[in-house]
Amino acid sequence: MNDKQQSVRLGPNGKPVRYFVMPDSLSGKLQVWRYLLLRRAVQLGLLLLFFGTVNWDWKIAEQPVLTGNLSSSELLGFLPLADPFAVLQIMLTRQIPQQEVLIGAAIILAAVALIGGRTWCAWVCPLNMVTDLAAWTRRRLGIKDVFILSRQIRYTVLALTLFLSALTGVAAFEWISPISMLHRELIYGIGAGWIAVIGVFLFDLFILRNGWCGHLCPLGAFYAVIGKVALLRIAFDTPTCTHCGECAKICPEPQVLNIKAASVAGMIASGECTNCGRCIAVCPEDTLKFDLRHHIQNQQVPNTTESQQRRAA
Amino acid sequence: MNTKSSTTRRDFLVKMGQGAALAATGGLIWSYLLNQQARATPFAIRPPGALADPDDFNARCIKCGQCVDACPYDTLKLATADAGIPIGTPYFIPREIPCYMCEDIPCLKACPTGAIDPALENIDDSRMGLAVIDIENCLSWQGLRCEICFRECPVQGKAISVEHHPRRISKHAMFVPLVHSSDCTGCGICEKACPTEEAAIRVVQPELVQGKIGDHYRLGWTVDTPITQEFEIRGKPDAGDRAPPTGLDYLNEGPL
Repeated sequence: MNDKQQSVRLGPNGKPVRYFVMPDSLSGKLQVWRYLLLRRAVQLGLLLLFFGTVNWDWKIAEQPVLTGNLSSSELLGFLPLADPFAVLQIMLTRQIPQQEVLIGAAIILAAVALIGGRTWCAWVCPLNMVTDLAAWTRRRLGIKDVFILSRQIRYTVLALTLFLSALTGVAAFEWISPISMLHRELIYGIGAGWIAVIGVFLFDLFILRNGWCGHLCPLGAFYAVIGKVALLRIAFDTPTCTHCGECAKICPEPQVLNIKAASVAGMIASGECTNCGRCIAVCPEDTLKFDLRHHIQNQQVPNTTESQQRRAA
Repeated sequence: MNTKSSTTRRDFLVKMGQGAALAATGGLIWSYLLNQQARATPFAIRPPGALADPDDFNARCIKCGQCVDACPYDTLKLATADAGIPIGTPYFIPREIPCYMCEDIPCLKACPTGAIDPALENIDDSRMGLAVIDIENCLSWQGLRCEICFRECPVQGKAISVEHHPRRISKHAMFVPLVHSSDCTGCGICEKACPTEEAAIRVVQPELVQGKIGDHYRLGWTVDTPITQEFEIRGKPDAGDRAPPTGLDYLNEGPL
């Protein structure tokens, strides 16, 4: 860290490049970890709500709090929620499911489109905690990738999921999903599902960085497609960026932090961004922050055209 | 220029080939897993009203566990990855906790996809399975007065009846339980109640044990068999004017 800071380098905006330094004080650390802590609170809180409703009969106003699991659930006995990807797979098996689950899927689809497609991945998915742990351990141990795999392969897996659902007559991903296995067995009793979870952990740890979430998971790919139009995005304030690269170092999907594309759009436009907020925490210049898409675009229109003209020239 | 374009074209084709090979290999292994899983135990005992065709049920069930939450007796479980039952689907083991046949069928109401068919209105019409009796190990069939299954049966007298049966060693009859598939719901309360070390009456999927006579058999002596043939009476039978037999009699004619 210190070596980096001593070498004075200037960013494209003429300012000296600073790097991220983890603050010593607890309050400073908490400030850096704020999104991480919030994400864990949401992930574990949801899990606890599901678990408590099944195992401890949690009720509010005589109604069960949150029954079911992430595949399909019911909030307070009236609001159906369902995984739109699972419902899509079921419909491809030529079964028309009941209205309830269709409404639930529509609600989640709308919510996901609002708060940003893969926000689900970083803020809700329980497997995210496992893969984050693998990524953290891997950074600590400095483990190198065994092979390189295109991150586009997830879209192939997505297409394959839909094709196999139609072909075999069962929801193809739901039947092998390590996410569902982990979530289901945490709530309804542990079976051999942890083997699949350990498998994902080891794959991410020793074989490929962000191997599952960043390369293979078709659910992430599905949400990435929706994320292309999602509202909540990470805004990118071009003039303040010194190209220090701290954000790309910590990002689980570094390809989304394409500075060129980000300065044109004024935000991280790729649907593959999980809105995890790690980049916001490590950015020493406060270039990045959460914002709404239309808000960003309205603000950045003059800037955008200017930079585009500069680039074209 | 020319060489460059041909290299990129070749690169492109190679990339396409690699992608197709990966997808095909992955897809093959994947669909093998799916077929293995989906056909793991087609005879799992499902919640009341579950779609009868295992393929329909497997396709429709979203594995959410809302039926499990709704069950007031903790009868239902979701299959874990090692249960040997299609993963994540609800089932129950009658010997542990049977289905107590709630009249309002809360598990059915909780199902969001229709994998548990909402068309079932009366729990007595559900067919979770069929109880079968191992007469070699049933206490009643040994001549003891057990009949616990008969008394525990919620569709008593219809699904299980007690019949008397001659006994070999004395003139006293045995009273033996018989299951009637027309009324047995497969709830498994009998299996739970059976006092033998291993249940001598247990719930299985009817397909495993039930035969089929065939439509061409007409059981004329049963009340519900329709008469499909018209019988005509040709004239009045007359004892004095009996017609000679008209059948061929060639075996009795001529030399042997």
